[in-house]
Amino acid sequence: MATQHSRSAARLMLAPAVILLLGWMLVPLTMTLYFSFKKYLPLRGGDLGWVGFDNYIRFVTSSAFWPSVMTTLLIVGGVLVITVVLGVLLAILLDQPMWGQGVVRILVIAPFFVMPTVSALVWKNMFMDPVNGILAHLWKAFGATPIEWLSQASVPSLIMIVSWQWLPFATLILLTAIQSLDSSQLEAAEIDGAPPVKRFWYITLPHLSRAITIVILIQSIFLLAVFAEIFVTTGGAFGTRTLTYLIFQRVLESQNVGLGSAGGVYAIILANIIAIFLMRIVGKNLDA
Amino acid sequence: MGHISLKQVTKSFGATNVIPPLDLEINDGEFVVFVGPSGCGKSTLLRLIAGLEDVTSGTIAINGNDATMIPPAKRGLAMVFQSYALYPHMSVRKNIGFPLKMAGISKEEAEQKIASAAEVLNLTDYLDRRPGQLSGGQRQRVAIGRAIVREPDAFLFDEPLSNLDAALRVNMRLEISELHNSLKTTMIYVTHDQVEAMTMADKIVVLRAGYIEQVGSPLELYRSPANLFVAGFIGSPKMNFVEGKDAEAEGAHTIGVRPEHLTVSKTSGQWKGTVGVSEHLGSDTFLRVNVEGLEPLTVRADGEVELYHGDTVYLTPEPSKLYRFDADGKAI
Ligand SMILES: Nc1ncnc2c1ncn2[C@@H]1O[C@H](COP(=O)(O)OP(=O)(O)O)[C@@H](O)[C@H]1O
Ligand SMILES: [Mg+2]
Repeated sequence: MATQHSRSAARLMLAPAVILLLGWMLVPLTMTLYFSFKKYLPLRGGDLGWVGFDNYIRFVTSSAFWPSVMTTLLIVGGVLVITVVLGVLLAILLDQPMWGQGVVRILVIAPFFVMPTVSALVWKNMFMDPVNGILAHLWKAFGATPIEWLSQASVPSLIMIVSWQWLPFATLILLTAIQSLDSSQLEAAEIDGAPPVKRFWYITLPHLSRAITIVILIQSIFLLAVFAEIFVTTGGAFGTRTLTYLIFQRVLESQNVGLGSAGGVYAIILANIIAIFLMRIVGKNLDA
Repeated sequence: MGHISLKQVTKSFGATNVIPPLDLEINDGEFVVFVGPSGCGKSTLLRLIAGLEDVTSGTIAINGNDATMIPPAKRGLAMVFQSYALYPHMSVRKNIGFPLKMAGISKEEAEQKIASAAEVLNLTDYLDRRPGQLSGGQRQRVAIGRAIVREPDAFLFDEPLSNLDAALRVNMRLEISELHNSLKTTMIYVTHDQVEAMTMADKIVVLRAGYIEQVGSPLELYRSPANLFVAGFIGSPKMNFVEGKDAEAEGAHTIGVRPEHLTVSKTSGQWKGTVGVSEHLGSDTFLRVNVEGLEPLTVRADGEVELYHGDTVYLTPEPSKLYRFDADGKAI
């Protein structure tokens, strides 16, 4: 089939899809770049002309920039650590033969089907509310003063909410990976004198490394863009303003499209730095 | 030391009883082969000895000590799996050295043991490769290497050659036999292939549905099979069985005659038949002869014999090599 003729026919038929996808990506990217070099204030005079790198300089020199980068990294890193560690443990647990396995597995996956806005609101009002939340009642039951989660421990709270949403994804991927582990490898290690913890460390964990890599890569992409959870809980207050949230505030709250676009370009650069960085660390697992 | 003794060992998975009460003695230094059709419980029996499965009842003693409750790692046995079970992310060196590392043996001593195992198994040039970069035969040798560095009291092999091609299988068979000759350690070897059993074993244990049908040296089983099942299982091609008036004439329900114990004549003999398929191997000729009133008989004739499809032949069994079985299949 791989004749010259059929290959060009294949290219021709692929073209619409490729062009559509390229357009889908390129149009917003180009527009972001375009606006980032303009002073554009929709409610205060509209397009006020080209300004060169002014927006870029203003965005990074604003006092909110570095804290927002740190917050972003903290949330992404925190969620990654929690979901991977708990995901591995849950996957091992769910892999054991047990009663009601099917139901338990569905329950574990369920949070993934809840919309971020909804789950964040549930957490905010039913769990973390300092007066009526379950956690507040729990604290009171032990005679402690309830914590005002979203103001006193805002970043950990957000990490908790987002981890709860992403744990099912990590668990699911890691569970399928664990199920593909040849049980005779574990038996061989058992005969070779490795106790359970060493079997986990030397056999199971290396077997999971590729799946862990995939979980980390995919989750980082989505976690860098976390927005709804912050919007409905703290609204960016109490040190929970991430880069994404800062851009949102610049464009919609301050109505400064040019400044927001410059921030968008920084976000793209940050995402790429993180992606390359992750690929470097864990990339060797992908071609092993 | 590698004396293993099973007393009244049984194993059930839920309601299915895989091993009925079973007794077996394996002496130090013996090469014992468990042979039987697929699903007869050979692997289960081996895994019971290894400790990977718990016995339902009965006791397993190793070197005279009760080992029934001892975990696999402490039994002093090494196992080679059918799928090799190599650790894919470790180099050959680390694979072979893994049991030593787990035993807390010093780096230098481990390195020396790995080197000498690799030497014996022709793996010296491959020590830094991953299992994925090796051929099937090499992987098999790594698995064996991982077993020998532990210097176990006994080796357990579960169909180690079934993933190899025919030529390699013959080679590895020889290598394992040579290994046994040089180490003189007890080996228990599981296979469904009676040729492997016949060529390698000091002692063959024939299993059917968990029951031991017969235990003996290869030639004992060949010369005096205890029943129809063993007679049919040991020997290649399979023994011919004849029922009816020919058997009654010998005072038996069934008589058996091996293909190599039938004499072929073109003029006269006990059974007259026509040649169905003839396979000329050069060294031997296998004939399938259709005799009226009987199942087709397999004959092993001289390599140069000129008989082809449709030829009429007369077959006569050697009277001294005739096996007689009663109605229950027991040898008389
Ligand atoms: N873990 C298990 N659970 C249930 N049945 C099993 C298990 N392992 C083996 N069996 C059953 O035990 C019988 C013997 O299996 P096995 O020892 O693997 O046979 P062999 O190695 O001789 O082919 C088979 O019928 C198999 O289905
Ligand atoms: Mg088996």
